[in-house]
Formats: sequence, C-alpha cells, structure tokens
Amino acid sequence: MAAERGTAAEALVGQVVLPGDLLLLPAHYDEDAEGERLRLSAGTAPQGRLLCGPGLRRSGAGLLVTKCGLLRHRPAGGGAYWVDSQQKRYVPVKGDHVIGIVTAKAGDVFRLDVGGSEPASLSYLAFEGATKRNRPNVQVGDLIYGQFVVANKDMEPEMVCIDSSGKSNGMGIIGQDGFLFKVSLGLIRKLLAPKCEIIQELSQLYPFELVLGMNGRIWVKAKTVQQTLIIVNILEACEYMTPQQRKQALAKLSGN
Amino acid sequence: ELCSVCPGDTSVLAGLYGPAEAKLSKELPDRAALEVLLRPKVGLPGVLERSREQLLRQTCEAAVLGVLHPRTAISLVLQVLSDAGSLLSCCLNAACMALLDAGLPLAALFCGVTCALQPDGAILLDPTARQEQEARAVLTFAIAGSDRKVLMATTKGSCSVEETQQCLAAAQRAAGTIFQFYRDSVRRRYSKC
Repeated sequence: MAAERGTAAEALVGQVVLPGDLLLLPAHYDEDAEGERLRLSAGTAPQGRLLCGPGLRRSGAGLLVTKCGLLRHRPAGGGAYWVDSQQKRYVPVKGDHVIGIVTAKAGDVFRLDVGGSEPASLSYLAFEGATKRNRPNVQVGDLIYGQFVVANKDMEPEMVCIDSSGKSNGMGIIGQDGFLFKVSLGLIRKLLAPKCEIIQELSQLYPFELVLGMNGRIWVKAKTVQQTLIIVNILEACEYMTPQQRKQALAKLSGN
Repeated sequence: ELCSVCPGDTSVLAGLYGPAEAKLSKELPDRAALEVLLRPKVGLPGVLERSREQLLRQTCEAAVLGVLHPRTAISLVLQVLSDAGSLLSCCLNAACMALLDAGLPLAALFCGVTCALQPDGAILLDPTARQEQEARAVLTFAIAGSDRKVLMATTKGSCSVEETQQCLAAAQRAAGTIFQFYRDSVRRRYSKC
C-alpha cells in the first residue's frame, strides 16, 4: 500500500505528470553558489536556486505537482522546473502582455475585462505622453494592449501601457477594425515561441497585423474582411492540425 | 471545460467554470468558493440531489487548492445523462476529471468507488441498480491520490465495522485502476502536442 513516495524529477521531464505526484530533487542542489549556508537539518530540503514554475509547489523534500501536463526543465541559471498544461481560463500574472476590453470609466481609472476573475484597472496616466491635461482618447469598448504591474491573488490586477522607461513599446490602444477572438492559452504560447512556423507561413499568404495577448485573445487585421476571416479560421484550427495538414490547407488557399 | 464519464451505463456530464468573479454575498476572503450543482435526468433537483451536492462539494474542497484563488467562485455543474447504479461514484470521477481538464490547482487526485454488501456477505464493486436494491448495505468512498486516503465515506443500510473495513480495503485496491485510467486519458490528450 505504501507506494513509491516520489520519483526523481529528471526521470519525468517531458512526460505527463498528474496532481499529487511528488518529484524528488537530486541532493547536489545543496552545493551551489552559497555553499557557506548553515544547515540546521541534515540536508533534507534542497538549497540551490531552483525555480519552481507554474503547476508546482514546494513541499518538504521535493516539488508537489498541482496541475496535469508535461513536465519541462530548463538547466540554465540554477535550473527551473514547470508543468506545461493546456487550459482556457486565464489567471493574471505580473509582466504578462494581454489584450483587455474597456468596460467602464470610473474617474481616473479605466476598468478592463482581461478574462480573469476580476476586472483590471488602468490609470489614464499610464500611456506614453499622457499628462493631466493631455488625456488619452479611450472609450468604452476599445481594445487595449498592455502589461500587468500588479497581479497577485490578493489584489485587483493593475495594468499599464508603458514600460519601465516610459516608452509605449507597442502597447496602447489597438486601432479600428480588425477581429478579436479567443483561443486556448497553449496555442498562444506556441505562437509566441521564437521561430514559429505558423506565423511565417501565414505571412507569405497575405500581409496582416497581429496582436497576441497572453490571456488567450488574438486580434487580426488584414486588407479585406474575407482575408481577415480566413486568417482567423486558420489560427483557430491550427491548434489541432499537424504541420502537414496546415501546409496543405495553406497551399489550397494560396492557389485560389 | 466539459467531460463525460460512463462506467457501464451510468453516464454523467460535468462542466467546470472558474475561477470566476464571485457574488459579494458568496465570496470568501481567503479561499475560492466552490459550488456544485447536480441536475437529475428527469424532474427538478430534490433533497437527494442537494445532499449529494454537499458530499461532492466537501470532497472537492479538500482536493482543490482554493487558497491560490481567494474571492473567486468555482462552479461545477453535473448533469446525469443515464443512471444504472453507482451514481455518486460516477459523479465523483466526473468531478475529478473536470478539475483536471480545467487546469485548477489540485493537492491530490480523487476517485469514487461504490461497494454493495450482499445479504450473504459478498462484496460487489460498482453495483448495478438492481444489485443496489437487493444489497444489505451500499457504501460509497472517495479515495484520494497516491496514498489511498479516504476523503469521504457514505453508507446506506447497515453493516458491521469489520465489513466496512473490508469494503474499504476492496475500494482502495479498485481505486488504482481508476487512477491508471486518469493517467492514460491525460497521456492521450497530451500526445498531440
């Protein structure tokens, strides 16, 4: 009845893990840069600068898995473990760039719907070149691309449209026209990966503008409505298509 | 997230929504407020459905890490599609799969197993409706994760303490099969990535 209490983390990298699985970390995390640390207990807890990412929690001697998915590992910079899971519901995280929809203007702040459990707030001064006299022209129903500066479980999330040096860096109000739709979070991460073939192949089909929000929202604008809708359908479908099926679909479209 | 679980002919469809905004009257300051709605196949939900909803809610609250999402609401809606016995354990399994599918943080997995104690003392696992009628007692257990601890136990009928222990041991052994099924389904889902 007493099954193996935990398996080594390295053995499960790239495999499916389920909540309740305990991952044991190798003991050599003790002899890291801060070797001068006093150990009060005889080396039960790992002491290296290990990053415990989404889907994992520290528990006693190892990491407890809390979401189902594939276990990933990055050896650089002290090592990081996280669980790659597919879900559709977004939970705000600090530093994420998201697309929000303005739902209300309350005095000096805008309330944005970002798809999480609470509306986020955005101050009117958080735009490039905005002052008390020079207010940005934001109406209810506008789309805003910004990043979170405050996003934890206890407080209401707050967004800004400028980075730390005061430049907008591509953030701000998203222009007129275009089409906004929602996909799963896993597809967004796939599209944001460094060399994404999907976007390269699509750009050879028609020229278009694309904004990807980490909350699962994508905004697309092409020259005509029909081209926009074609790109929307391909992006929605490519989550479940293999690369060959995608190339076939695109070849058929560019032939037309 | 929707998923449907059917052992034999009993079939339940589970939909999970959350973490979403909670009404002020229902929000808890330190945890997520979990709500379970069980809809029978015909008719309006009655007292039996309400008591089952409370059992399911308490089991799910023990497994879900609600402290990670305070002041939110998590709603689990279960629709009974067909009932041929062992309904409560089917609902438990559907609830666990819905929680897994939606990506909510769980401390451990859980599954439901029903045992029927026949008049001659034999133990039957996952009884049909007919076997439940003829049995002396029907016990349902919610078994957690890899250490096979009991999250919830409910009994209908009368049985001795030793018989309860035997049913519990049988249920814990059977739980292994269900957890393996969860693992295989998740593997199949992630094999396309």
